[in-house]
Amino acid sequence: MTELFLRSVFSENLALSFFLGICTFLAISKKVGTAVGLGVAVIAVQTITVPLNQLIHDRLLSAGAWAWAGLPDVDLSFLSLITFIGLIAAVVQVLEMILDRYFQPLYRALGVFLPLITVNCAILGGSLFMLERQYDFGESVVWGFGTGVGWALAIIAFAAIRERLRYADIPKGLEGLGSAFIVAGLMSMGFTAFAGVGAS
Amino acid sequence: MPSTIQRLTNPLVADNPIAVQILGVCSALAVTTSLITALTMSAALTVVLSLSNATISLIRRHVPTAIRLIVQITIIASLVIVADQLLKAYAFEISQRLSIFVGLIVTNCLVLGRAESFAMRNPVWPSFLDGLGNGLGYSLILIIVGSIRELFGAGTLLGLVVFRTVEDGGWYQPLGLMLLAPSAFLVIGLLVWLIRSWRTEQVEASPYAVRTKPEPAGE
Repeated sequence: MTELFLRSVFSENLALSFFLGICTFLAISKKVGTAVGLGVAVIAVQTITVPLNQLIHDRLLSAGAWAWAGLPDVDLSFLSLITFIGLIAAVVQVLEMILDRYFQPLYRALGVFLPLITVNCAILGGSLFMLERQYDFGESVVWGFGTGVGWALAIIAFAAIRERLRYADIPKGLEGLGSAFIVAGLMSMGFTAFAGVGAS
Repeated sequence: MPSTIQRLTNPLVADNPIAVQILGVCSALAVTTSLITALTMSAALTVVLSLSNATISLIRRHVPTAIRLIVQITIIASLVIVADQLLKAYAFEISQRLSIFVGLIVTNCLVLGRAESFAMRNPVWPSFLDGLGNGLGYSLILIIVGSIRELFGAGTLLGLVVFRTVEDGGWYQPLGLMLLAPSAFLVIGLLVWLIRSWRTEQVEASPYAVRTKPEPAGE
């Protein structure tokens, strides 16, 4: 479990080694403050949606899930994609309402980022990896939380580097998007160095 | 009103979805380790994008604004499932190598972005062309990056040997980094630089530029 956690945070970092959620990663990383907000929102949504999707897939969609109802041949796994994205959209919506009702300060801090998360491919990607690697419930909780933490870590570090780069003298054509890609590339190189991190 | 040709060619360089609009970057980075995966992904995305644009444009007058995102995502997800199942049926090996990235076309911001910004406001035929054009613009970048990474990373193109590697008794020492994650970022970053040196109007204005004319020192 610790092994899986460390792997999901470092060596299999969703943003830097699988390129998931890079659009948001590049767009919302000009200030550390907003990056922290988005990172926390991703951790929360990811920790909830991956295990939920695992349960739904296991109980309703996988081959033979309807055996108890006398339908052993039913295999709905082709529906998993559309179910996952639907569930993610619903969870984000519900989370937004709950925060709005009970945790006003947190809602004000995270509010603008929550809708963005529905179309963040890191979230759907986390669930699809869970499906492809056939994690059980416990593993999917760890995987969801770990990938969330990893993504948050990456975007916060990235935003911090970009803040420091503000006054750097960058070639004209490389300014903005170009330099962001190069920085992300160098960070990703740094993260590959974590490949051997284990829990021994 | 731009002509048919313009609609198709504009997104290739001048308004390229990846390099200028910054849409759909995730998959562009992930599937470009070899040319064949890049080509497959481009084809899948172009088909999904043109069809989803056309479909969404067809029903744009009947969808209430409040639920339009859900409707769009459902349409896109259905098309992606069809594409995914087709790939699994006819090109199983490649679909294994593309792993989850075909499924991730659902959350590809390019598809949703074009649906939202173009297909919701325009008739069917222009929307279809817009989808096709943007799909081709996306494919162009993917093919360039895929060729560079496969050529320098393994010395091959589409699996055919171009540079004979040292291992096979040739002269080319493959650049292993090209097949790893960091090089995807670096290659696209440099490509953006190249495009912007050619098309200088795309250069972003620096928000922290040094003032060229110093203000008069008034006490």
